[in-house]
Amino acid sequence: MPVFPWKKSCPQKLKKSKSARTIRRKDITMAVVSVDKLAKSVVQGPSLMTGSVPTKDWMDIPAVFKPGNFCYPAKKEKVEYMNSQPGLSFPNAREWWPEDDDWKLPENWKEIILNGLRERLDKFRSLKIFMDCCVRCGACADKCHFFLGTGDPKNMPVLRAELLRSVYRNDFTLAGKLLGKMAGAREMTIGVLKEWFMYSYQCTECRRCSVFCPYGIDTAEVTMMLRELLHLVGVGINWILEPASNSNRTGNHMGLQPHTFKDNAEFLVDDIENLTGVRVEPTFNRKGAEILFITPSADVFAEPGLYTAMGYLILFHHIGLDYTWSTYASEGGNFGLFTNNETMKKLNAKMYAEAKRLGVKYIIGGECGHMWRVLHQYMDTMNGPADFLEVPKSPITGTVFDNARSTRMIHISEFTADLIHHNKLNLDKSRNDHVVATWHDSCNTSRAMGLLEEPRYILDHVVNKWYEMPENCIREKTFCCGSGTGLNTDEIMEIRMRGGLPRANAVKYVHEKHGVNTLGCVCAIDRATLTSLMNYWVPEVSVCGLSELVGNAIVLEGENRQELDEGLRTLV
Amino acid sequence: MKYTFPLAAVIALVLIAWIGSNIPGMQYVFGVVIPYLAIGTFIIGFCYRVVQWAKSPVPFKIPTTCGQQYSLPWIKHDKLEAPSTTSQVAARMFLEIVLFRSLWRNTKAEVHEGPQLTYESSKWLWLFGILFHYSFLVIILRHMRLFLDPVPGFIQALEFGDGILQVGAPTMYLTDLTILIGLLLLFGRRLVNRQVNYISLANDYFPLFLIFAIAVTGILMRFFLRTDIDIVAIKRLAVGLATFQPAIMSDIGSIFYIHLFLVSVLLAYFPYSKLMHMGGVFLSPTRNMANDSRMRRHINPWNPDIKPHSYASYEDEFREFMVDAGIPVEKELPPKAEEE
Repeated sequence: MPVFPWKKSCPQKLKKSKSARTIRRKDITMAVVSVDKLAKSVVQGPSLMTGSVPTKDWMDIPAVFKPGNFCYPAKKEKVEYMNSQPGLSFPNAREWWPEDDDWKLPENWKEIILNGLRERLDKFRSLKIFMDCCVRCGACADKCHFFLGTGDPKNMPVLRAELLRSVYRNDFTLAGKLLGKMAGAREMTIGVLKEWFMYSYQCTECRRCSVFCPYGIDTAEVTMMLRELLHLVGVGINWILEPASNSNRTGNHMGLQPHTFKDNAEFLVDDIENLTGVRVEPTFNRKGAEILFITPSADVFAEPGLYTAMGYLILFHHIGLDYTWSTYASEGGNFGLFTNNETMKKLNAKMYAEAKRLGVKYIIGGECGHMWRVLHQYMDTMNGPADFLEVPKSPITGTVFDNARSTRMIHISEFTADLIHHNKLNLDKSRNDHVVATWHDSCNTSRAMGLLEEPRYILDHVVNKWYEMPENCIREKTFCCGSGTGLNTDEIMEIRMRGGLPRANAVKYVHEKHGVNTLGCVCAIDRATLTSLMNYWVPEVSVCGLSELVGNAIVLEGENRQELDEGLRTLV
Repeated sequence: MKYTFPLAAVIALVLIAWIGSNIPGMQYVFGVVIPYLAIGTFIIGFCYRVVQWAKSPVPFKIPTTCGQQYSLPWIKHDKLEAPSTTSQVAARMFLEIVLFRSLWRNTKAEVHEGPQLTYESSKWLWLFGILFHYSFLVIILRHMRLFLDPVPGFIQALEFGDGILQVGAPTMYLTDLTILIGLLLLFGRRLVNRQVNYISLANDYFPLFLIFAIAVTGILMRFFLRTDIDIVAIKRLAVGLATFQPAIMSDIGSIFYIHLFLVSVLLAYFPYSKLMHMGGVFLSPTRNMANDSRMRRHINPWNPDIKPHSYASYEDEFREFMVDAGIPVEKELPPKAEEE
């Protein structure tokens, strides 16, 4: 958090670390503040959430970087690699460090930024409208999870947008040119640029604010523009650019090479055989399969995503689906969405390219939040038309997925819900009796797609006991995990735990009220980040993907299943 | 204080009109020239802004879905919150523009010991907004009687309804009261709510003060400073303005010129300010687009020509590993050179 001068008494003075400038990447040991201390700070610390008001106007408070409040800059070689790729532009690669005064920006950085802004105003109506329409009614102010957890005024969506809007007014509007600061305008300075870096990486583009805004102003759009502009002057973070470059080269953000990807999946096949006595047989890069299946690569790489992947494998085996995985298009997630629209398009383009090469009929996508934002709202526009594919039709039930008739890619939950509705799955709910679940709607699938009922329908049929969290923090009002859009990096752990607090708090509520021990979700980033979040705030609750619960409940033909007290997680 | 300058500005505007309209010969400037300039600025400025917005394309379909998508036939689709057709979008926009749907959702977050976060429904902003906007709308419609001859029936009906309480003489209009209350509440909110207070700019206070002054001068004219107000002369001037034959027949009191001048300022200020939210709300891509992006392909006019990192170069890089792992390849490995 930046150092704000507060009006009211300030129990814990925020001290500026003297040695901050000299600390470098390797010297920082990330000691995360204890949960008690953070809990106290959230309630009592001087913040706009707790009743204090800064004595200075926000324009007069500079962003101060110190260990723990910024993500590490992208490594020079990653930026250079991205810049070398046809169609992409990531100029001004260099070594730099946020705590330094000198960010080694190109000499004409200001011109680059302002020209970049002009270009984007001409390309995106959303940006123009969102710059012009805000009346600062404040409806969005307390809707952002980062604001709720930090109380930092600049984490109010309206102020996050004003960081850009103030510059827009200064250089692109008559009122701003005539009246300057009186009209809320300010000049673009290095200080402003630093502020952009700090706050565009304390936004997860979750769109919760846009639900409440009377004009639908979407801070995700603003953050995307800020990040695009920052990349023009070589300012980006490694946790995003490295996965993006991995996705480009190896097909997935983990950087798994084809044989490793296959090996990992085959480990899961062995595990399933150990647990159930049934050997499932996934194929890779197989031409002529009916369906291409693409899921976030984390699902074959790390817990708890692994169990979700086991769920997919069991489900597809159970219904005898003719499908293939791809090692070339082995990433559902799209780290381009967190950088710029060109990278998003380039990474996404692999899906259709691979579907065409393999000659499949259509694509099923696994569980992932922002992946589905790209697939649902951007893919067809960027890389369509998918006229070489067919309108998705379930080979088991015959259902035609009319809602995906153009994009020709369906969500695994849509597919599974349809199977259950037609009674095509042999399910034994009691196999999930160790689970008392609650449901986390992922930001992007709820607010950029509207996938709300399908997962709930599935849950109803695979678990006996599950409970909703309180109504103002589910469905379209759901809270972000606090670490989306490439922010799930350890160096900002405190900010993540603060940003995730609203979600964790609602989980804690149902944990205490109903004994909930499992948080279900359809998002790979959630599976990784909610796990850290739960460990911190509600350690009694573990996180799982929906397909894991489906896999738990499926009764396979010819199975020789052991007593699995913890479903697919049981160690045997 | 961010509201001192806007307050001073509005007071200055009042003084300008008061003093100015008392200078002989200046009535024509304040009664005719400035209103025409203001209306011209408003119309041209408003159109210019809308055209400027419209000139930028909408590259992606990005509705914010606030309900269940259209998917399987047995899953209930929320047609208003995640519309998939144009008519559903129109219905959603209607709710948004006419009933302020999104503000109706508003909650107030609080942090308590624990920590425990709560989000209670909070409809005050919705109420204040409705109160102000609808009062303003009715007042504007009522004023149409000055420009139209004969006065249309619906305006007479509106006037009758607005004065239904029949308090005072001349009859008090409800909206005169409610617009003042609405403005005071909206202003009070900017003072009291610490978050809103911190984000408020001078250009948030200025329109509040300006419209407040317009309402007050209007009320003064109707109820308190009636003696030097010749309603017939005003109507003639208004009809004259509307028919491009403006004429000032007789002396009209200063209060009228102040009122008219403030309205002129509001009109001229409108297109260059946040008041353009009136136009922008219709064009917001998160609200006015259908959630049908997997059903109908949306075209981005500047869609860049970008190809993926090709499968061929991927296979070239990893072919050996792929063959070893039994993953099918397009191009087999070259036969190994005979080792000697």
